[in-house]
Amino acid sequence: MQDLNLLANDNRGQTDLGNSSSLVGWDEVTQGTILQSFEGDATGIAQKKAEERSYSNFNSYTATVASWRVKKPVFNIDVCIDCQNCWVWCPDSSILSRDKQMLGIDYDHCKGCEVCVEVCPTNPKSLLMFSEYTPLDEALSQWPEKKKKEEK
Amino acid sequence: MAITSIKNLKEFSTNNDRFEGAHTLCPGCAHSMIVRELMNCTDDNLVISSNTGCLEVSTAVYPFTSWDTSWIHIGFENAATAVSGAEAMHKARKRKGTLKDNDAPVKFVAFGGDGSTYDIGFQWLSGAVERGHDFTYICLDNENYANTGGQRSSATPIGATTTTAQAGSHSYGKKEKKKDMVAIMAAHGAPYVAQLAPNKWKSMAKGFQKALETEGPCFINTVSPCCTEWKFDPKDTIGITDLATDSLMFPVYEIIDGHELNILYRPKNIISVEEYMGAQGRYKHLFKPEYRHVIDQVQKDVDAYWDYLQRREEARI
Ligand SMILES: Cc1ncc(C[n+]2csc(CCOP(=O)(O)OP(=O)(O)O)c2C)c(N)n1
Ligand code: SF4
Ligand code: SF4
Ligand code: SF4
Ligand SMILES: [Mg+2]
Repeated sequence: MQDLNLLANDNRGQTDLGNSSSLVGWDEVTQGTILQSFEGDATGIAQKKAEERSYSNFNSYTATVASWRVKKPVFNIDVCIDCQNCWVWCPDSSILSRDKQMLGIDYDHCKGCEVCVEVCPTNPKSLLMFSEYTPLDEALSQWPEKKKKEEK
Repeated sequence: MAITSIKNLKEFSTNNDRFEGAHTLCPGCAHSMIVRELMNCTDDNLVISSNTGCLEVSTAVYPFTSWDTSWIHIGFENAATAVSGAEAMHKARKRKGTLKDNDAPVKFVAFGGDGSTYDIGFQWLSGAVERGHDFTYICLDNENYANTGGQRSSATPIGATTTTAQAGSHSYGKKEKKKDMVAIMAAHGAPYVAQLAPNKWKSMAKGFQKALETEGPCFINTVSPCCTEWKFDPKDTIGITDLATDSLMFPVYEIIDGHELNILYRPKNIISVEEYMGAQGRYKHLFKPEYRHVIDQVQKDVDAYWDYLQRREEARI
């Protein structure tokens, strides 16, 4: 199953970076600012998955760039072979891979660059671009069939 | 040090990112692919410095940080300076036993753009390497001053158009050849120097791990295709990197202790530089008959350099 609610309980993507009126202006910033990425002790953070971390509100993890997208990648788990090409090359840390499995896309941080679709090796691809407003089930119902080699 | 498994991508993907989304780099920017890979290569604590450039301005949009490690932003020239200071302080405090955890392994890394590495921070990088600090310097080489709108740097290749070396009826763009930064850093006697590319993720991860494990100053030039200034579709970032490595515009190799050269990627089918250039808007004007000779010249230079690398690899000098 496509577990898109993987991180539903945390503070991911609360602030829209496209709507920054509530942020502090450049001339109000204190020189030499220190921002803490986490609440409390950050020891051993590399061992913790995103959903196990206590991100502070200064961490861009709590912000969203979803409004940058015009098109979104949709993931079809039925075709995926968990090669993790999309994970290694996503520039926006938006491929949710856990225990060697690709589970879905972090739509708060994905900018819709389409790199993941390009590097996906399956036939048909396990990731395809759809309009931002296409519901997921509708996108999945339109998935193309396997292409023959000559047609490629 | 705790390096992570890079046996295959599945194993590699079990790492938990320490570089967070909602930074404001352009969609498809290779800078973040390279940074993510470096940070996923180790579980150790990282102290990272970035000087001014796309990476820095986009990952520290006040009041946000995209870094889950200690990260210092400093002026345009000083990524190497800041990290060497931090490394020296860490060493001294370790000796005195005044660190919170005296045994925790820490790695020091500096990220600089080509503008800051090849030009403006050159002297400071040279100094930090000469002083022998234990750090890894990674240049994100997108061959221009991208953050300020695409001016030429000494990493810009001949023939590319930039805002300060513009192609037009009297000019084919930049007239000077790219500076050979890898050779310059190897000449410093740095224990590990390499040129790596994000499309070859495994050789890049291996090189990063080698640099992190090597004591002393290490330098890595990474190819970082910039869709905005090179003028290609963001989805093609990895495809363009393939063309870069397969045309040998960016050969992938390492130099150990200033002399032992190893080629890390040999393309099965070497493609022409014309194919690489044809995929990017910044070279479009070279396909006019009057500028055709520039492409031919670049091809000759690339062939000669590949020949030189192979001869050096064979000679072990
Ligand atoms: C001393 C100094 N000169 C000029 C600038 C303006 N400036 C900021 S970023 C930048 C370009 C950075 O280019 P590069 O190092 O190649 O990084 P990129 O943005 O391409 O990743 C320039 C010229 C500055 N911040 N400081
Ligand atoms: S479209 Fe781009 S940002 Fe979004 S998941 Fe794919 S690679 Fe990542
Ligand atoms: S690149 Fe495609 S096949 Fe590979 S893990 Fe991602 S979605 Fe699955
Ligand atoms: S201008 Fe180029 S280097 Fe800068 S963020 Fe955009 S793609 Fe990346
Ligand atoms: Mg640059």
